[in-house]
Amino acid sequence: MFADVFYVEPWWMQLAKSLIIFLVVFNMVPITLLVERKLLGRFQGRYGPNRVGLYGSMQPLADIGKLLGKQQFAPRHAQHFLYVIAPCLSVIAAAGVIAIIPFGPTVDIFGTETGLYGIDVSVGILFVFALGAISFYGLMLGGWASTNKYSFLGSMRAAAQLISYEAAQGLALVGVIITAGSLSLVDIVEAQAGMWYFIPQFVGFVIFMIAGFAESNRAPFALPEGEAEIIGGYGTEYGGGRFANYYMAEYLEVVVISFLTATLFFGGWHLPFGIDPPAWVYPIVVIVKATFFIFFFIWIRATLPALRYDQLMSFGWKVLLPLAMLNTLVTAVLVVTVF
Amino acid sequence: MTPPYDPGDVVEVLRAPEPGGAGGAYRAFGETLRGLKTTFKRMTEKPVTVEYPEEKYPVYPRFRGRHKLHRFEDTGLEKCVGCSLCAAACPVDCIRVVAAENDPDHRVSAGERYAAVYEINMARCIFCGYCEVACPFDAITMGHDYELSDYDRSDLIFTKEMLLSEPLERTPLRREGE
Repeated sequence: MFADVFYVEPWWMQLAKSLIIFLVVFNMVPITLLVERKLLGRFQGRYGPNRVGLYGSMQPLADIGKLLGKQQFAPRHAQHFLYVIAPCLSVIAAAGVIAIIPFGPTVDIFGTETGLYGIDVSVGILFVFALGAISFYGLMLGGWASTNKYSFLGSMRAAAQLISYEAAQGLALVGVIITAGSLSLVDIVEAQAGMWYFIPQFVGFVIFMIAGFAESNRAPFALPEGEAEIIGGYGTEYGGGRFANYYMAEYLEVVVISFLTATLFFGGWHLPFGIDPPAWVYPIVVIVKATFFIFFFIWIRATLPALRYDQLMSFGWKVLLPLAMLNTLVTAVLVVTVF
Repeated sequence: MTPPYDPGDVVEVLRAPEPGGAGGAYRAFGETLRGLKTTFKRMTEKPVTVEYPEEKYPVYPRFRGRHKLHRFEDTGLEKCVGCSLCAAACPVDCIRVVAAENDPDHRVSAGERYAAVYEINMARCIFCGYCEVACPFDAITMGHDYELSDYDRSDLIFTKEMLLSEPLERTPLRREGE
């Protein structure tokens, strides 16, 4: 069976809004890159990049320009097709989630009914996890196709880590799904009008956040990259534009997970204390909330040291997964009996 | 070696919470929050960076930087008499001195002879300051200038005129208590 896709607007509006949403979210990647470097500097008592442009504002442009200007290099024994396609897979999988992030309900734009989201899929969260599974192929194939033992070790780590934490992440969201009674992200946000889900689903929120760090290969779960022990992991043989692709995918995933957290646990476009702003404020509310979680990602990176690999595994399977399971069970019992 | 303090007879040992159970949960979340607080505090402080090319790091008075050759302030004669003791003391052999007799009508130095050629190869110099110690007339001292990089090796051979003149850019000196 196919999933239901709900939309209300004509085709040209779909085109326009998908372009706008894509450009806005995609442009948060270089901004995140810059903000991360600036903030990491501040966390460590230094300025961060401040030479390119005003206060270093052109730094991401310079970085990307440098990477794209490099030679497109591939190892002689690499599986060339997979080697080329793996970084693209990573980016596509990360960018695909942008389509279903809701920035607001259906509103009236100059007489045209428009939903402030790419599409409203009935399987919402499952779509996210499907794309998450594909993004894991990006890392896995990249490491495999490089025919380098360090790349291979990195991709093995990535595979084990992503699978372990995806289980916990998925289970953590079951609580939200049960409470909202729907998989669609728009429905979930609308169900949060009374109370944001991070209060009843606090455990789920914490697990989702931690698993999100692991899913996006960020510190303290940056083991697949492991510069110190496996010289860059799956990305060892990648340089230039392809490396830039991996890099972009990582940051895009950070942005996307921040948006998902804001959507699933922090009420999406809703404001607290019953404040009901005009419709044009909704997307700004979502972006501001997501920005806070991007900041949180950077903050965590500046704070926590990397885990050891066995700690990572035992934390995922022995702590997060049972906790998520328990959370699901308690939520299910409460929803059935109390509400 | 005695410890800097007297621990007394009873030493109290503070232990971190044991992992697992409540201790593990505390370690996982309580300590993480404490770490987050610490890093956030750092962010609100001013960075300690000295933005180097614009802002020069001040040096101590005894900092050994680029050499200086000196003249007598009253007569304007060079202090160096071309004795080559600095060249003899130099462990890396970077000083070259060729002495010449002073012409009594046009004296260059105060002594009998003067340094016709005085060159220091800054690419070899290790800034040990032995030349300064060896000099019987305090003619050569170590200055404070440390920006000596150049594009060509031959530009790093400093001649007598360069060493006698002030450096193009002065390096700031540490003030009292800095």
